[in-house]
Amino acid sequence: MEAILNRIKQGEILIGDGAMGSLLMARAKDLIKGKCPEFINLSRTDILEEIARLYLEAGADIVQTNTFGGSPLKLSAYNLQDQTEEINRVAVQAVRKAVDGKAYVSASCGPCGKMLKPYGTVEPEEMYQSFLRQLKVIIEAGADIICVETMTDIKEALLAIKAAKNISPTIPLMATMTFDKTPRGFYTMMGVNIEKAAHELEAAGADIIGSNCGNGIEKMIEVAKEFKKFTSLPLIIQANAGLPTVKDDVVVYPETPEFMAEKSKELAAAGVSIIGGCCGTTPEHIRAIGQAVRSR
Amino acid sequence: MEILEQVARELELGEDENVVEAVRRAIDQGESAKEILDNGLIKGMNTIGEKFKNHEVFLPEVLLAARAMHAAMELLKPLLIRDGIPSKGKVVLGTVQGDLHDIGKNLVGILLKGAGFEVIDLGHDVAPEQFVETAKTEGASIIGMSALLTTTMPSMKKVVELLKKENLQGKIKTIIGGAPASQAYADEIGADAYGYDGSSAVECVERLAND
Repeated sequence: MEAILNRIKQGEILIGDGAMGSLLMARAKDLIKGKCPEFINLSRTDILEEIARLYLEAGADIVQTNTFGGSPLKLSAYNLQDQTEEINRVAVQAVRKAVDGKAYVSASCGPCGKMLKPYGTVEPEEMYQSFLRQLKVIIEAGADIICVETMTDIKEALLAIKAAKNISPTIPLMATMTFDKTPRGFYTMMGVNIEKAAHELEAAGADIIGSNCGNGIEKMIEVAKEFKKFTSLPLIIQANAGLPTVKDDVVVYPETPEFMAEKSKELAAAGVSIIGGCCGTTPEHIRAIGQAVRSR
Repeated sequence: MEILEQVARELELGEDENVVEAVRRAIDQGESAKEILDNGLIKGMNTIGEKFKNHEVFLPEVLLAARAMHAAMELLKPLLIRDGIPSKGKVVLGTVQGDLHDIGKNLVGILLKGAGFEVIDLGHDVAPEQFVETAKTEGASIIGMSALLTTTMPSMKKVVELLKKENLQGKIKTIIGGAPASQAYADEIGADAYGYDGSSAVECVERLAND
């Protein structure tokens, strides 16, 4: 496969995958209950492969691994930190096997669930070591690209990027943060605006930057336009299928595949290079988005 | 009065050592513990809460102010007890069983303490029985429950049902919050209130405490 960054440079728009958690829940609810989604990596790689295949068949060019919460700091909340290596390794292997060179394997790396000092309890070095341990396995297992995602603290995002770059200075790296729209503009929960995010992620060496989660696709169009003001790096946007509501214990995401597909054309027009989905999106959403973007 | 303003200002800045130092000076200058609490610490916390609501400051600033308030309260608590000053009320707080997400719950705890409530924080993954037992033994009049996962929300319903079963409904009130929670869900399970965000949770608790 041609290098992902080359394809983007030539103006191609790549399609990411959709949500992982809801698909896992639908297949292994009892296994995950009281545990974390990554727990299933230890026993059910068949499910990981199945989900990766579903997104590949839906037209995703990039398929993510089930390693969002796979840093040892995060896993320690479930007393699974000793299995960090296996949890991350098998997740990368499963997606590699499923996509078989037809899509890029993107290794998800989410927040560690704890906050940095002084407002939190964790020393930066401890957090850095935690990302280092996770990303070392991921890169050795053959991920094509790293996706540091759902970050709200810029310092945490930078520690993860630094860890990835330290292990492999050449592996492509995406970094995305999660913003809320306030009357004063877009900010993360920790007070990072898009200008700051763009500058700092770029300076840290990310190859592709942008946003995932927290918003439906319409607000994400605004987010993308804001990013464009502050960076010339390629952008990635992975929107939720709107914000969830709960009815009779069932979660409902309001945005349909057709709606997101229509709006994804605006993301493409805004110059976004990778368009995928986050919470609530399904293979049907990805298929519709891919068709809409490719038939523009 | 000036020293109390200084306490409030230091709290906003969030350096715990400076806040403790300012509180110590206020005590030395003869301010009562209640004055220092109401017109110093709580006032400062209110300002931070207001700025947070207006998106002028964010979670880190609130957490720092909370840490500073906690440090200062260690100094003030014995004096408040000595002076016989009661708290505004006791709230038992926790993230429900099966759920480990506690950022929102912690924030509500901070804002409640900042508003003068006594908060018994049970942490995360709290069983329904534990909420009710703690409220009973501690004499708390309000239980606050948080959930981020839709799968753990039914645990909120269990708490309300337990209270009903023990004939404590109305005596111990319930408030729920968290991303998947809503007023509709609160109505559905019979919770007394729903806090949309941190500030609205404090407003609801104030109302429930005064009912």
